[in-house]
Amino acid sequence: MLGKLSLSAIPVDVPILVGTFAGVAIIGLVVLAAVTYFGKWGYLWREWLTTVDHKRLAVMYIILAIVMLFRGFADAVMMRSQLAIAYNGNPGYLPPHHYDQIFTAHGTIMIFFMAMAFMTGLLNLVVPLQIGARDVAFPFLNSFSFYMTLIGALLINISLFIGEFAQTGWLVYPPLSEMQFSPGVGVDYYIWAVQISGVGTLLTGVNFFTTIVKMRAPGMTWMKLPVFTWTALCTTVLILMSFPILTVTLGMLSLDRYLGMHFFTNDAGGNVMLYLNLIWAWGHPEVYILVIPAFGVFSEVTATFSRKPLFGYSTMVYATCSIMVLAMVVWVHHFFTMGAGADVNTFFGIATMVIAVPTGVKIFNWLFTMYKGRIEFTSPMYWTVGFMVTFSIGGMTGVMMAMPAADWIVHNSLFLIAHFHNVIIGGVYFGYIAGLNYWFPKAFGFKLNEAWGKRSFWCWFVGFYVAFIPLYVLGLEGMTRRMNHYDNPDWYPWELIAAGGAAIIALGVVCQVMQIYVSIRDRNLPENRDLTGDAWGTGRTLEWAISSPPPAYNFAVIPKVYGLDTFHIEKEMGRPAHGQALAPIHMPKNTSAGVFIGAFTFIFGFAAVWYIWWLAGLGLLGILVTWILRSANEDIDYYVPVSEVEHDEEVYSRRLAAAQAAE
Amino acid sequence: MKKSWRYLPALPALMLSGCTVDLLQPAGPIAEMDSKVMILEFVIMLLIVIPTIIATLVFAWKYRASNKQAEYLPTWDHSTKIEIFVWGIPAIIILVLGAISWWSTHAYDPYRPLQTTGNVKPLNVQVVSLDWKWLFIYPDQGIATINQLAVPTNTPLNFEMTSDTVMTSFFIPRLGSMIYVMPGQQTQLHLLASVAGNYLGEASHYSGRGFSDMNFRTLAMDKPSFDAWVEKVKSSPDGLDTASYPSYAAPQEAAPVHYFSHVQPELFDGIVAKYNNGMMVEKTTGKVMHMPAAGAGSMSDMNMKE
Repeated sequence: MLGKLSLSAIPVDVPILVGTFAGVAIIGLVVLAAVTYFGKWGYLWREWLTTVDHKRLAVMYIILAIVMLFRGFADAVMMRSQLAIAYNGNPGYLPPHHYDQIFTAHGTIMIFFMAMAFMTGLLNLVVPLQIGARDVAFPFLNSFSFYMTLIGALLINISLFIGEFAQTGWLVYPPLSEMQFSPGVGVDYYIWAVQISGVGTLLTGVNFFTTIVKMRAPGMTWMKLPVFTWTALCTTVLILMSFPILTVTLGMLSLDRYLGMHFFTNDAGGNVMLYLNLIWAWGHPEVYILVIPAFGVFSEVTATFSRKPLFGYSTMVYATCSIMVLAMVVWVHHFFTMGAGADVNTFFGIATMVIAVPTGVKIFNWLFTMYKGRIEFTSPMYWTVGFMVTFSIGGMTGVMMAMPAADWIVHNSLFLIAHFHNVIIGGVYFGYIAGLNYWFPKAFGFKLNEAWGKRSFWCWFVGFYVAFIPLYVLGLEGMTRRMNHYDNPDWYPWELIAAGGAAIIALGVVCQVMQIYVSIRDRNLPENRDLTGDAWGTGRTLEWAISSPPPAYNFAVIPKVYGLDTFHIEKEMGRPAHGQALAPIHMPKNTSAGVFIGAFTFIFGFAAVWYIWWLAGLGLLGILVTWILRSANEDIDYYVPVSEVEHDEEVYSRRLAAAQAAE
Repeated sequence: MKKSWRYLPALPALMLSGCTVDLLQPAGPIAEMDSKVMILEFVIMLLIVIPTIIATLVFAWKYRASNKQAEYLPTWDHSTKIEIFVWGIPAIIILVLGAISWWSTHAYDPYRPLQTTGNVKPLNVQVVSLDWKWLFIYPDQGIATINQLAVPTNTPLNFEMTSDTVMTSFFIPRLGSMIYVMPGQQTQLHLLASVAGNYLGEASHYSGRGFSDMNFRTLAMDKPSFDAWVEKVKSSPDGLDTASYPSYAAPQEAAPVHYFSHVQPELFDGIVAKYNNGMMVEKTTGKVMHMPAAGAGSMSDMNMKE
């Protein structure tokens, strides 16, 4: 009746988990009680849960990403503290069974549910505004994608309290992840969490690709596209090309596990290296899916705060596109140690190094954007300069490992761990936080606190080096990743320093929480309000041409684009009157279909993990029925009447006038 | 003095303790070349990375908004000269590194047998990874060990490797390159120890619960000591054949060193073949051949080792 599920699946004997559960339960109850007390259930349902507004979905994506950051970071702190203790016969406080789940969950959560969710959030917030569109191409699909991501995240976190998570490493390499070696439900949690969120990501790719290709404002030809949108386009292309590979690969692994097939098993013709090739054919593009939009953020931030156009716009576009193409042909560098021939290794080694050329070009272009500018050091700019320094080092160690002869000795070592945290923290994370600080006033109408923002930057920046330079050294000392304990006295001091670095980063996280708290508290102070919509005063692209937060329909009149950085040109030449009469605006209606499909998907995923087939069938049926009901519903759109648009516009122009008078 | 530049990347390490940095203290020619290539690359990359970081900091400081003395060009966004420079310099560096990559990948391919000046006869070792220990079979000596690898110095080492469990990676940091070990497949690795010593050997790919203790000592010693070591192993009362193998292959954490005075010939081939329907490829001719029926039959029982 309940498949593999029984009371023994609840880990009441692990105090850390019981404590975590109590904490999560208390926070959850407080939130639910608060929503009930303030009578906000209706508001929450109407304005947020059922929304198809890309800006609201963006906010929900980013909240999800930040919550997942806390979870992933807690995992990181546990790993670092375990390794600072588990030396010379001391087993530490995390036995392998628990520790192996932690490093698997850390990677999975940080990549799929922190970084991907954050990236999708930024795309949602910015892309339609930058191209002068009123929403994305498929608004309901956008809501659906969000719920797929959310359900994936939920499943992976449920595994903390019911059953177990995979103990295989974040890419669940077979044959370790096969039934023979991992008979528990951990790998199944991984498979369904990642598959479900993968559906969401793939459809986000479809959605944004279509949006950028079809919904640009009149006059916005390809070479007038803002750079962030270019990077979003390249990322969606990579999503479209690589996520189907992930789906198929995990599908094959599920066939092995659930139906006893032999794609990747030890015997009956299964081949582990087939899995490695497939998973990295997705996995390498994946890191570019994450970092390319961060490059876009840095491009926008540098130009805005240097008060200059981006240096070498077309070069930047070509560099981004060449990174996109090269990202698809370098996957073998993740396993030069497979025993492939010298020619194969050389090809993939050199292809990898070639990526350093367009990446170097980008760094130089940001450099020359700052050159002869008037740089205003806001917190987004701090993260950007911190990125340029840190990423140069990360890029260097990346090129070092692209050389097969060097990779043969540092592969799988902590040197590798240091390298990819160097580019993922120093590139992806710094970029997303720069983007969050940069676009936050657009989403909410007030700025994030600068002092706390800069404090968090310094903690992250210094903490990163203190935590990860020791890992480079440990790699050179021959320490392999994913070790639970060790007895080498040379490694011990470095593990202690690295743990100290994690503590400094923890301070950075605390500063970020403080930043959000202080900013919300002081949101009505005049210096924090964004009345004009051009929060930084030096915005160059269309998102700054409308009020903050923008109305649901974004643009009262679809703007005409006659150059790169249209809004900047308008400010120079004087802002033109619309010249066009307002017309009723066609908008999509909110829908609860996403919520219900999400709920049924959760039931399906959970049941599939635990082999409760009748429940899985019920979940599947629920998804199907909701989908049919949604498809049959013709009442999915409405028109915003002219009077409402006029009213919004009037409020906005009054605020603009007030802001100008205040100057 | 000659070697001091090698320590450059580990400068902070030396400042702190002066401990062993395995990868920068090679004990054999492969390790030496691997680390030389890595350091060469590091130095070449620094040629561009250091100026970039300095320029970033200098530009950021010089062109700060409060510095009204600095020149300000609010519309400047293109310079063909600079663009040629920003594409050209990285391209030249990558061209140089690419050439080094092509050369070193071919010259130090782990599959390439090594030769010594005196044409010393290579030592063959068959490596089998088990849960969570290493089995070393010396086919020419007819002996085997668990979790201890003794090798004569200045002798080419030919490793033939496979796994009888999940995949992992075979790595002796002081000797250089690692290669994966995989069930049903044979991989190769060629190393050489030029300095005698006691080196860490490890599984450098996570392989499950007991992985952290899946390491072994590599004892590199001169030829007479090695011969004495072989004799010591040969005095062990235990032997390894298809009957006794399953009990030794069973999962075990932090397994102690164990010696086997004799090994059934073709045990290694049988371990590879059992994942391939009892078939394996004959190394010299490339022909597919069936393992002897008796061996194959009893081997397939090993699947049931849980």
